[in-house]
Amino acid sequence: MSDTLTVQTHAARDSLRIPPPMAMLAELTHRCPLACPYCSNPIELTRGNEELSTEEWIGVFRQAAALGVLHLHLSGGEPAARRDLVELTQAAASLGLYTNLITSGVGLTEARIGSLADAGLEHVQLSIQGVSPEGADRISGYKGGYERKIAVAGWTTDAGIPLTLNAVCHRQNMSEIDAMIDLAIRLKARRIEVATVQFHGWAERNKAALMPTREQVERASETVTKAREKYKGVLVIDYVPADYYSSYPKACMGGWGRVGLNVTPSGRVLPCHAAETIPSLSFETVRDCSLAEIWYESDAFNAYRGEDWMPEPCRSCERKKVDFGGCRCQAMALAGNARATDPVCIRSPLREHLTRETERLSATASTDLVYRGR
Amino acid sequence: MTADAPVISGSSVVKLARGVRLREDPVRGQMVLLAPERAMALDEIAVRIVQALDGERSLDRIAAGFAAEFDAPVAEIASDVKAFVQELAIRRMLEIVE
Repeated sequence: MSDTLTVQTHAARDSLRIPPPMAMLAELTHRCPLACPYCSNPIELTRGNEELSTEEWIGVFRQAAALGVLHLHLSGGEPAARRDLVELTQAAASLGLYTNLITSGVGLTEARIGSLADAGLEHVQLSIQGVSPEGADRISGYKGGYERKIAVAGWTTDAGIPLTLNAVCHRQNMSEIDAMIDLAIRLKARRIEVATVQFHGWAERNKAALMPTREQVERASETVTKAREKYKGVLVIDYVPADYYSSYPKACMGGWGRVGLNVTPSGRVLPCHAAETIPSLSFETVRDCSLAEIWYESDAFNAYRGEDWMPEPCRSCERKKVDFGGCRCQAMALAGNARATDPVCIRSPLREHLTRETERLSATASTDLVYRGR
Repeated sequence: MTADAPVISGSSVVKLARGVRLREDPVRGQMVLLAPERAMALDEIAVRIVQALDGERSLDRIAAGFAAEFDAPVAEIASDVKAFVQELAIRRMLEIVE
């Protein structure tokens, strides 16, 4: 009896130090008509019949709101592939959650966007794969995708919903960043997010065809700096640079288990979308545990919280409160050890090898792509 | 490509843009301004300013109201209000009515 009490006291004390989550990414489904070669979904996709039901998702949203989540991102796969998208949006909005739809646009019609607006959808993030129909559709593997996206952008802004364009950039479209920003202005987006491809999941398989060159990365930074000045107050530009060319790692997810959580189509709760690539971790599902238990007490969420797990050189590094040791999944992929210092850090013993490998990959002539699910 | 940055002055009339809203955050005991991918915790003064952005009154009129309410110099308040509203405008959080 007293043991149990002690454990509970520890849990209560620990939970005070762990901040509540700000954001939740709900991967409503892995189904998607597109086949982007850098898809962030895992290689092993969840099948449609394993997905959480409408009621289960609404239950998760309710728990998330009570836990302190402010932003809810409805994502996928393609979330519009869920027939209950309007119902889910309405439920989330009625709980006070700031509801954002992350979509390829395929599966949305003018009428459906109107219903989503009425249901309380507050923001749409629309992906683009390029600035021309040929280029964009080659990357997405979906003919007609580009034209549909342009139509969806118009329907979204006509319905009064703020629009963000999301663009993943890589060697094959990195010279188009200027044109992507112009497209965002033309489509009346308030915001554009340009993120360099991260090499997890499907992108790992396409590393040689997607790795940008150093020159591209330097030019991209200049382009973004100039565009931010030019469009100040008109377009917000968020840019995620290529960390393989940086000196220090990114503060991945704002720190493990600090800011956000990710729920997969079948209800597994992850600290980030790639966390399942770390074989030593196991993940609870919302069918077995409450979201609060998973956030505050699960082994997976506590695995890389704080600083106790850190090896040297991170443990004595002054940047540990800036970047939290970088990305655990990247450490897993490149160092074979999720606890290792992120190999992009100049203080990692693997950095020199990574630099040589990055240069070798970026000089590859091939532009052949392995498409998701094909 | 034409795109003009918003200019905020004392005669500006603004309101929160669609997709931007103020709400109570009971879990953390604060007020937050929510926008796409952004959550700003606001202090009491900032909350009062945001609540005053009704799309009808100019910033000068709003500042005059605060000056009377708090018995404070109007010029100082007007300059604080404009600076704060300019920040919101740069973040694309406002609709400029006039």
